[in-house]
Amino acid sequence: MQPVFPRAIHGRFRRLKWGIMAACLVVYYLTPWLRWNRGPYAPDQAVLIDLAHRRFYMFAIEIWPQEFYFVAGLLIMAGIGLFLVTSAVGRAWCGYACPQTVWTDLFQQIDRWFDGDRNAQMRLAKAPWTAGKLARRLAKWSLYLLVSVATGGAWIFYFADAPTLFHQVFTGTAPAIAYSTIAVLAGTTFWLGGFMREQVCVYMCPWPRIQSAMLDEKSLIVTYKDWRGEPRGKAKDLPAGDCVDCGLCAAVCPTGIDIRDGAQIGCITCALCIDACDTVMAKTGRPRGLIDYATLEDSEKERAGAPPTRHAKLIWHARTLIYLGLWSAIGCALLFALGTRNHLAISVAKDRNPPFMLMSDGAIRNAYLVKWRNMEDRPRPMRLTLDGIPGAAMWSEEMGKAQAARQLTRTIPADQTQPLRIYVIAPAGTAQQPLGFTLTAADAQGGTVRYDTRFDAPEGGQ
Amino acid sequence: MTDKRIDEATNTETMGHEWDGIEELNTPLPRWWLYTFYACIAFAVGYAVVYPSVPLLHEGTHGTFGWTSRGEYAAEQKAEAAQRAPMLAALAKTPIEDLPKNPELMRQAVAGGRAAFKVNCVQCHGAGAAGSVGYPNLNDDDWLWGGTLTDIQQTLTHGIRYSGDDQTRTSLMPSFGHDKILTPAQVQDAASYVRSLSGLEPKGAAAQRGAEIFSVNCVACHGPEGKGGRQFGAPNLTDRIWLYGGSREQVVGSITNAHAGVMPAWGLRLDPVTIKMLAAYVHSLGGGEAFAAPAPAAK
Repeated sequence: MQPVFPRAIHGRFRRLKWGIMAACLVVYYLTPWLRWNRGPYAPDQAVLIDLAHRRFYMFAIEIWPQEFYFVAGLLIMAGIGLFLVTSAVGRAWCGYACPQTVWTDLFQQIDRWFDGDRNAQMRLAKAPWTAGKLARRLAKWSLYLLVSVATGGAWIFYFADAPTLFHQVFTGTAPAIAYSTIAVLAGTTFWLGGFMREQVCVYMCPWPRIQSAMLDEKSLIVTYKDWRGEPRGKAKDLPAGDCVDCGLCAAVCPTGIDIRDGAQIGCITCALCIDACDTVMAKTGRPRGLIDYATLEDSEKERAGAPPTRHAKLIWHARTLIYLGLWSAIGCALLFALGTRNHLAISVAKDRNPPFMLMSDGAIRNAYLVKWRNMEDRPRPMRLTLDGIPGAAMWSEEMGKAQAARQLTRTIPADQTQPLRIYVIAPAGTAQQPLGFTLTAADAQGGTVRYDTRFDAPEGGQ
Repeated sequence: MTDKRIDEATNTETMGHEWDGIEELNTPLPRWWLYTFYACIAFAVGYAVVYPSVPLLHEGTHGTFGWTSRGEYAAEQKAEAAQRAPMLAALAKTPIEDLPKNPELMRQAVAGGRAAFKVNCVQCHGAGAAGSVGYPNLNDDDWLWGGTLTDIQQTLTHGIRYSGDDQTRTSLMPSFGHDKILTPAQVQDAASYVRSLSGLEPKGAAAQRGAEIFSVNCVACHGPEGKGGRQFGAPNLTDRIWLYGGSREQVVGSITNAHAGVMPAWGLRLDPVTIKMLAAYVHSLGGGEAFAAPAPAAK
C-alpha cells in the first residue's frame, strides 16, 4: 500500500469541509465547559455523564439509569439519522463529519506545515534519514502528539466537572482512570490520525461496507462523467473529451483513489476531486462538473443527453422520506416520554422466600422491599398508601407492628432512591389476591405513582 | 539435493529439494510472527523463573518473589479481617440487649448474621428461615423458648435438647400412646380437644372427653388453657401455628409418639460474636419480640 500524499486544493467543497471541521471541533472541545444551573442538589455542567452517581445530564434533561431507554432512543435516532443522511446525500458522514476524516484532515494540514505540499512530502519521504529530516519528523510528530493529547484530554471532561478535573489533571491529582483514558485516546488518535488515515476507512471501518449495501441508483455519489471526459488527453490531441488527464483529481484525494475508475469503497465523497476538476475546467475554459455529485440514475439520463438534475431535487426520494418519518417518529416519542415522565417513582420487590408468613393468631404477613424515588432536585414529603385488602395494614421495619397503618409518610431527600422494608399483615382467612402500593408526593407539585404486586396466602387457609 | 533456484511461475525461491518433479517453495513465516513467537518464549522463561512453576519431587520451585496463590489468599483474608475488626470488637463488648440502641451496629450485625445463617442454619431452617415440619419458622411470632434477642442468643449458644451442652434447654413430652399411658381412643379424644382449642374442629363430645384427659395429662406443661409454657418449650396449642402439623393424623401422631426436636449448641462451634450476629439477624426477620404485641388488623 502506497502512502497517500494528498495535494492541497481550494474550492467550495474544501471551504465546506473546513467549516464542518471547525464546527465539529468547537462542539467537541467546548460542550463540557457549558454550564447549566440545576440548583444545589445537582452538578451545574450542561452535558455530564456522571457514572459515579449514575446520572446523565443533558441541559434541562436528567436521566436516571432506569430511564436509559432515552439514551437507547437517542442512539437509535443516531443510527437512523446516519441512514437518513446516507439516503439523502450519500456518504456525507464519511466525507465531512466522521472523526477519522476530521482528524485526518487536521493531521494532513500539519504535514503541509512541516513538509510542504504533495511533491515536497513525497521527496522528503524518499530522502535518506539525515539529521535535518529527523528533526523535521520529530517536530511534526510532537505536534501530532500535542493534538492527540488534546483530543484524548477533552473526552474526560464529559465525565466529571470540567474546571475541577482540568485543575486536577495539571496538578497530578486526577483519578488514574482519567489519565489512562487520555493515554488510550491520545494513543489511538496519534496512531489512527497520524499514520493509519485512509487505511482506517478502507480496512478497519465497517461503515463503508454497510453503506455499499445502502447506496442505490438514487444516492448521491461523486461521479466522473466519462461520456464527457473520454477519451482523455492533452487539449491539442484530437479527438479529445473534456478530461485533460492532468491527474489533479487523484492527487488531491485523501484516500489515494482515482475517481475516474468509478465508484469504489475508498471514496468517502469528500468532493475535493470536484474542487480540483472544477479548477482545471475553469482554467481550460470548459463547463464545470466533469466530476460532480450525481446519482447513478441521473448519470444515465445525462449520458443519454438530458441536462443534469439539481441536487436539491435528488435528495428527496422514497427512502429518504421513510427514514425521515421513522427518525421523526422516534424523536417525537422520546420528546413525549420526556415531557410526560413522572418525577417520582416506586418499585416494589416482594419477598419470595418465604412468600407469606402465618402468624399465631392466623393473620398472614407478607414482606416487600419498597423503593421510594424522588427525582426532583429538592427533598419531598411522600405518602405511601396501601391499595386493596380492606382489613390489611402495614408497618416498616423501624416502626413495630403496634403502629401498623394504611399509610406511611417519609421525606425523601433530593435526587434519591430510598428502600424501606414493609410488612403487610392481613386478617386470618385472607386469600391470595392483588395488592397495590400508591406513592403520592405530599407537596404542592403533587403526583402519584402506583405499583401493583400481589399478596400471597396459604391455599385454602388453615 | 539440487541447488536453490527461483520458481518461474511464482517467482519464489525453492527449498532446493525435489521429489518426482515436485519442488517445495520457500515461503517462510512472516518476521513479525517469528519475533512475537520468540518474545513469547522469552516471556515464558522469565515467568517460570519469577513465579512458582516447576514441580519437583516434594514441592515446586518457589519463584524469585516467593509469591503463592495461598499466600495471596491469606493476605486477602487478613485484610478482610482487619477491616471487620473494629465492628467485631464493638459487637463483642456490646451486650446483646443494648444492640437496638445502636442502629448502625445492629445493621452490621444483621448483615453478618445473614451470612453466618446461610452457612450454618439454612440446612434445617431453610434459606428464607421459613422452616418446615419439625423445624421452627423463624419469621413468625410464635417462639417456643422466647423470641427476645437474649432468648435467641441463649437458644443459639446452648441448643435445644443437645446432649453435649450442660446448659442446653431441655424438656421431653411423654409418648402417651406408644408408652400406653393413654389408650388409642383416649389419644383420639385428646386430639379432638387440642384441635378444638384453635378452632380446627367443634367442641363435640369427643373434645369434651378430651378436655378431661388434657386436664390430667397435659396441663403440667401446656397450661390449663393450652397456651403452652416457654420454660419447657411447650408449644401454644391455641394458636394457628403447628410445628408438626395440625391435621388430625398429625396431632394424633404427636400425642402417640411425642416429638423432641434437637438443635445443636452453636456455642460449641461458633464464637460468641458470630452467635450475637446470628441472634440479631434471626430477630430482624420480622418475628422477634422487641416490639409491642401485634395490633389487631386495622380498619
